[in-house]
Amino acid sequence: MKFTLSWLKDHLETEATLAEITYALTDLGLEVEEVVDPAERLGAFRICKVIEAVQHPNADKLRLCRVATYPDGPKGRMEEVQVVCGAPNARTGLVGVFAPVGTHVPGTGVDLKPGVIRGVESNGMLCSERELMISDDHDGIIDLPDDAPVGVRFIDYRGINDPMIYIKVTPNRPDALGVRGIARDLAARGLGRLKPLEVAPVKGAFESPIRVAIDPALKEKGCPLFAGRLIRGVTNGPSPAWLQARLKAIGLRPISALVDITNFFTVDQNRPLHVFDADKVAGGLRIHPAQGGEELMALDDKSYAFGPGMMVISDDKGPQSIAGVMGGAASGCSADTVNVFIESAYWDPITVAATGRALKINSDARYRFERGVDPDFTLPGLEAATRMVLELCGGEASEVVSDGAVPVTDRAYRLDPARVVSLVGMEIPEAEQRATLEALGFVLKGDMAHPPSWRPDVLGEADLVEEVARIASLTRLEGQPMRRAKPGVPKPILTPMQMREKTVRRMLAALGYNECVTYSFIDAASAALFGGGAEATRLENPISSEMTHMRPDLLPGLLQAAARNQARGFADMALFEVGPAFHGGEPGEQQVQAAGLMVGATASRNPHRPRRMADIYDAKADAEAVLASIGAPARAQINRDAAGWFHPGRSGRMALGRNVLAAFGELHPRVLKSLDVKGPAVGFTIFVEAVPFAKARGSTRAALNLSDLQAVERDFAFVVDKRVEALSLANAAQGADKALIERVTVFDEFMGAKAEAQMGPGKKSLAISVRLQPTGKTLTEAEIEAVSARIIEKVGKATGGVLRG
Amino acid sequence: MDDLRQKYLALVSGAGDEATLEDVRLAALGKKGEISLKMRELGRMDPEMRQATGAALNRLKDEIDLALRAKKAALGDAALDARLKDEWLDVTLPGRPRAQGTIHPVSQVGEEVTAIFADMGFAVAEGPQIESDWYNFDALNIAPEHPARQEHDTFFMAREAGDDRPPHVLRTHTSPVQIRAMQAQGAPIRVIAPGRVYRMDMDQTHAPMFHQLEGLAIDRDISMANLKWVLEEFCRAFFEVEGVELRFRASHFPFTEPSAEVDIRCSWDKGQLKIGEGDGWMEILGSGMVHPKVLEAAGVDPDAWQGFAFGMGIDRLAMLKYGIPDLRAFFDSDLRWLRHYGFAALDMPTVSGGLSR
Repeated sequence: MKFTLSWLKDHLETEATLAEITYALTDLGLEVEEVVDPAERLGAFRICKVIEAVQHPNADKLRLCRVATYPDGPKGRMEEVQVVCGAPNARTGLVGVFAPVGTHVPGTGVDLKPGVIRGVESNGMLCSERELMISDDHDGIIDLPDDAPVGVRFIDYRGINDPMIYIKVTPNRPDALGVRGIARDLAARGLGRLKPLEVAPVKGAFESPIRVAIDPALKEKGCPLFAGRLIRGVTNGPSPAWLQARLKAIGLRPISALVDITNFFTVDQNRPLHVFDADKVAGGLRIHPAQGGEELMALDDKSYAFGPGMMVISDDKGPQSIAGVMGGAASGCSADTVNVFIESAYWDPITVAATGRALKINSDARYRFERGVDPDFTLPGLEAATRMVLELCGGEASEVVSDGAVPVTDRAYRLDPARVVSLVGMEIPEAEQRATLEALGFVLKGDMAHPPSWRPDVLGEADLVEEVARIASLTRLEGQPMRRAKPGVPKPILTPMQMREKTVRRMLAALGYNECVTYSFIDAASAALFGGGAEATRLENPISSEMTHMRPDLLPGLLQAAARNQARGFADMALFEVGPAFHGGEPGEQQVQAAGLMVGATASRNPHRPRRMADIYDAKADAEAVLASIGAPARAQINRDAAGWFHPGRSGRMALGRNVLAAFGELHPRVLKSLDVKGPAVGFTIFVEAVPFAKARGSTRAALNLSDLQAVERDFAFVVDKRVEALSLANAAQGADKALIERVTVFDEFMGAKAEAQMGPGKKSLAISVRLQPTGKTLTEAEIEAVSARIIEKVGKATGGVLRG
Repeated sequence: MDDLRQKYLALVSGAGDEATLEDVRLAALGKKGEISLKMRELGRMDPEMRQATGAALNRLKDEIDLALRAKKAALGDAALDARLKDEWLDVTLPGRPRAQGTIHPVSQVGEEVTAIFADMGFAVAEGPQIESDWYNFDALNIAPEHPARQEHDTFFMAREAGDDRPPHVLRTHTSPVQIRAMQAQGAPIRVIAPGRVYRMDMDQTHAPMFHQLEGLAIDRDISMANLKWVLEEFCRAFFEVEGVELRFRASHFPFTEPSAEVDIRCSWDKGQLKIGEGDGWMEILGSGMVHPKVLEAAGVDPDAWQGFAFGMGIDRLAMLKYGIPDLRAFFDSDLRWLRHYGFAALDMPTVSGGLSR
């Protein structure tokens, strides 16, 4: 919402300075976004007189001017300045506008310095309108009438010394979309007095030939009141300078007197109006729901097709206006208009919003009607506009025609002064509270406050509190300590799951991964590659085709991040993310995942050892470290059922029965290719919520049982088929004597061409180390031999492996 | 006897390596060594003679043995010195590389904020990111046709044909967690809710996803003045400055009444933000007293309970505190950015140990 200081003063009698007013506005909740003060920008430009203009000695197109300037104003001393000027109209006796050295010229962006032009000194500038950025005129320098007062600031002379204030109006304050509403707030704050507003009705001289009727379907809600009147014999020329200046100052283009008048009331009192050229209206005006399919060329020169039920205004020929949103081009006013029909209606905010949204029209009228204009001002607004039309355009007004009635908005809420103090935490006396509400237009009857018709947002006692607090100024609020809910050392406040996320994050960073935060939505193709992309996870209105579906897994986001980093020249990286993945489109169909991705070598190039590419055993070790950090049992089963985005032969899952804790492996080459990642790459996804939580959290550890008897380590190498899994071999060995065998560790795998040459085609060797821990007595060699034999037998049975010779 | 002594001590001191020294030992003290042979002769001597000579021989034997050991140690030391002199490594070579992981600023600041509010008795609440429109809007007193609902730039989830429910939304703020927390816990309650939120906005300073921190405190007598104190304490602790000054400005949010936007006093010096000093004010969050309708929607009696709520951007807090210029870079995963603005795994913010190093 933009307005000027002088416009504000039409409604507010005040001595307050611009700074005081803007401070108060922001404090009141009408946040000032921008102030444009012409005095700041153009205050240095004063009216001057050219004493003499002669040809420049060294340049054909330049003139040498002796200029009489008045740096201290019209009553101050005269100072003669020499200026070189290239304007064709620079001449002896010209009264123009002078900028002294040191002035910033907005049109050129230059700070004026003393200069020498073609060997002649020049100290200042005679300016064009474009240099002041008040118009595009650059044909010559400003040429004022001979009687223009020299020494006066040009902005004062031209009447453009009116600061423009731009405020951000929150959606609950439609009244502040009118200058009068803003003035009322300031008056309530004590920054002046709200001037009385009296709108005397204009008596109609004849019956309006255009009748109006609201379709019964809309009377209840869509359009409670529609009023208008004809003014015949108007002259629709340009509006007067004061009106044009105001509209220009707030960024509106003056069009014609009639249109400018409607814009004036829109801003002045938040009362949008519409003017029809009466001669282009056939018969009467009917407000009705559209059938659907009708079309209208609107004032923005675009054609709109109506959906069924949209509210339109039609004459006998068809739709002439999109009700409350935008008028039609055909029945609009032009310079030739002599008979005008002024419309002032109260439109239902919800209906207007729905139509405007459906047609994608963001007009000033829609903006205001959907926030709520003052219904009680519908008819006074029409009278005020009539007055201004008669004043500026002449003509004769008809009687008012209308249908419907002003909707009843009267309601009342209890003002509880003690509750106000308790909620705000500021001592505001009851008398002040009541005075505030009255100043804002509330009517107090006992302790019941009736909001004014222009405040549709006030819908409860809490709103009264807000009004009182706002006017009293929240800047005055002083903090008061909030006591602890309970005394003493506070209990932990994070849930086990919240702690778990934190641990996982810190663990992965400690393992050397860099944490990423990637978008929760990804493109359809990537979602589909990772088992997602279902309709339920699709966004109806994505911001780009790269962000259409909720991510089913964190890996695609990390892979895309890896591709971007590869494009920047990074070959080796370890990335991770902890966050939600979505398996459906219902609230709660999300789960916390922790995903890690390694691309390239495990370490940067270094002199100590050959570099090694990250492989699935890095991914597995890291996944296991993370699982261990959040208390997953050490003996999860490993299966090969990892999802299709992994390499089918180089991936696995860690599970407790059917409860999958993590998946890890090399990413499928096709997946890498479609995500533009130069592979290979390995990664894992940990299903953080799937890891069982400890049932009870006792802090006591189990007792430590240490045996004094020497443990014995024995190594075995078996020749097995090359697809025999190490875990089944180790488990078989472990099973040979559950009491005695403390631990079985796989410490070597020998496979490939060399191994097959030694051990036969399709074979490999697996070596395990078995640790025997006696508890009763030291083991004899015979006992060790016996266990060894059982191990060999069990392994043979389970895997077909034989001891390597 | 003296000759023997002279001879062997000379041989010991002259030995240049351990092998020569061993030869000397054998020649003197070995089974057939000169001194050993002399010892054998003792048996043939008379008792007095035997006693005198025996004692002398033993002394000689001990003396030479000592000399041998000393020489052996000296030779060993010299050999070790010589070997060590040869064993030279370039200590300027880099150590074996170890990957340096980092924590994202959003996570770090989330933990900082949690630490502070935990100290003031706030628990951490969570809620789904795909929300029903009831939780995201209606329960928060944002009516279906309210302009604010349009201004929220909401992402809607697709609805399959035949499913006539209003579409779910990606939560546009963390405020729905207020409702869920109050429904679950009732009053009194003190919670914060950090998390991802989504808005259809993408330009220089906006990303379609960012992080918010919601705060909620409901009790019998909590006032807006308490809100101001809590936020002052928070800002002082978070920005790690002695004093902060906050300014409350009246504003409007459908879910609070009265509502205030909160500015913090600051200065900009050569592009460097300084909190708590200067003539500038910067908006940092929105807040207010929870609207009675919101309490009602969450099943809390607004005649018996009252309190405040606030919401602020975690990413923005991170940008302000750590001087990070661009929001969109938060979600780009540029390794250079992650390493530069990230935090070490062990930089764990606590109230007792300080929030940042």
